[in-house]
Amino acid sequence: MEICSEEAVKYVWEGAIPLQIHLHESEVTTLPPPAPVLVLGYRIGYLPLLIPQIKPHFDSTLPPGVDTVWFDYKGVPLKWYIPTGVLFDLLCPEPERPWNLTVHFRGYPGELLTPCDGEEAVKWSFINSLKEAAYIINGNCKSIMNMSQADQYELWQSVLNGTLENYSRVVPRLKLGVLREDCKMRSISRSQQVTGETNDSLPNQTGRIPVRLYIRNVEDIDDLEGIGALDSWEKISYINRPVENHDEGGLFTLRRAMESLLPELFGPSSPSPGNQRRKTKLDAAAGEPPEAAQQETHTAQVARIRLIRVQGIVPGWDTPFAWVVNNLSHPDFFLHVCVLVSASQGSH
Amino acid sequence: MAGPHKWDGTISGLDFCEAARTFSQRWKEVNPTLTHWVWIPRPMISGSAIGEGVGYLSLENMCHQRSTEDLVVSECCTADEEQSVDCATLAQNDNRGIHFYDYHILYNFSYNVPVLYFRGYQYDGQPLPLERVKEDFPPHSSSILKESRWTFLTTEDHPFLRRPWHMLHPCGTRDWMKLLFSSSHLSKSEAVRQYLPSWLSVVGQVVGFNLPLAIHEGLSSSPVTNWMQPS
Repeated sequence: MEICSEEAVKYVWEGAIPLQIHLHESEVTTLPPPAPVLVLGYRIGYLPLLIPQIKPHFDSTLPPGVDTVWFDYKGVPLKWYIPTGVLFDLLCPEPERPWNLTVHFRGYPGELLTPCDGEEAVKWSFINSLKEAAYIINGNCKSIMNMSQADQYELWQSVLNGTLENYSRVVPRLKLGVLREDCKMRSISRSQQVTGETNDSLPNQTGRIPVRLYIRNVEDIDDLEGIGALDSWEKISYINRPVENHDEGGLFTLRRAMESLLPELFGPSSPSPGNQRRKTKLDAAAGEPPEAAQQETHTAQVARIRLIRVQGIVPGWDTPFAWVVNNLSHPDFFLHVCVLVSASQGSH
Repeated sequence: MAGPHKWDGTISGLDFCEAARTFSQRWKEVNPTLTHWVWIPRPMISGSAIGEGVGYLSLENMCHQRSTEDLVVSECCTADEEQSVDCATLAQNDNRGIHFYDYHILYNFSYNVPVLYFRGYQYDGQPLPLERVKEDFPPHSSSILKESRWTFLTTEDHPFLRRPWHMLHPCGTRDWMKLLFSSSHLSKSEAVRQYLPSWLSVVGQVVGFNLPLAIHEGLSSSPVTNWMQPS
């Protein structure tokens, strides 16, 4: 099976969320109030990067003062450093199209949001994530620290504009490679190999895989549509821990990877990796809950996974984890995973 | 951590928990009247028992008062009502100068080192922006940051509290911890015991958090007493 799929990566980079941006009523000083503006937000992009497209629509109606831009969804301020696609997957279990957001140009909630002065702050945050990913993969950030100005510029521009071709040109110089199927080693991908090079693996690898989990506690009801909107970020748990494959043989699947980070959600009698049910296509249908959560377990399970989303997709549990990592990671080399969890009903 | 010559300056998550336990205990022994470091357990998924053993160290309501000449850390203030009398007395003299600080020590799984998160408040509870916090730092703090380039100050979401806190970025910690311990010959358990006091002595110099020297005493050949001048 092709562990690196150009088609899948292209699909991810082209993914975008239709947004309908409303100006907060407290900042409307003209009658009639301005109409909301429709903008396409790249999944791999960030909300503050859309401000140049949004601001002109509201400029003439803003009250006097200095702009400090922020967004909210149903009253909850949105964390600007989280990619747009991740925010959408996390906050809209039942996708809302277009996604209605409110923009503010005043009254930045400094207690809840870290400062953001626009593109520079987002770029800095992105580069720091990339450094962290490099550290996790190679044990040091050298390849990122040593990037030339030109490369840094090209890298950031490719993320800003969503241009995969440009990104793909710079990526080999980051020396982060692609994950092999065993999820223990990385290698320079076939298309990046230097002619004549016999050893295609990268030195100094740690075997660790950068992953960010966003876990949201939701009500234990069957219908996703019935899940209420998030009212506070305190309901979201954030786990920033690398995944490592310690299995001896057998396919390292998405399930095995998640189990290594959140063992209690899978119970003591989870199916062995030998349960073969491979998927070779993206499973875009509503996700199947893991079998483990529905099995009778000997000890009571405190919670179960309702839904897991990566780049808007619900991957099958038996998808090879290397495929998920190589094709669904964010440009910062982190795999961002949204998990909806419910406390289980009754006890076993 | 195999032996000192192989040790890379990092500490595992489990060892961090052990080190935190030892450190808070030692702190209590050495400073019985001061605010204590408390271990705050936080399950990995809020509202559940999942991921027990995960948590962080917290020391809150540490009082900073600007005197006319020098920055003085008043250690009298705690959240405890009994002892807040001292602070009230100080406040009468110079209300504006009193700032409170909360310090949290978290473990970072990417860099495998501890990280210091902190927040400053005015006397009335208003949080202080980073620029204002920096004014409370000791005078040599900015030169430490410039010279060694081993870390930088930034404001990020606290991983557990999900709100903005200031922190010293952990990317350089491994290298200077390795250096700090390079001349010591410690067993693994001894190195784990000394990890946090040594780490905090260095990091504390930037933010003006002073560890009593006594915290290193009684520990055989502490890397800090070998390496650094008492401040």
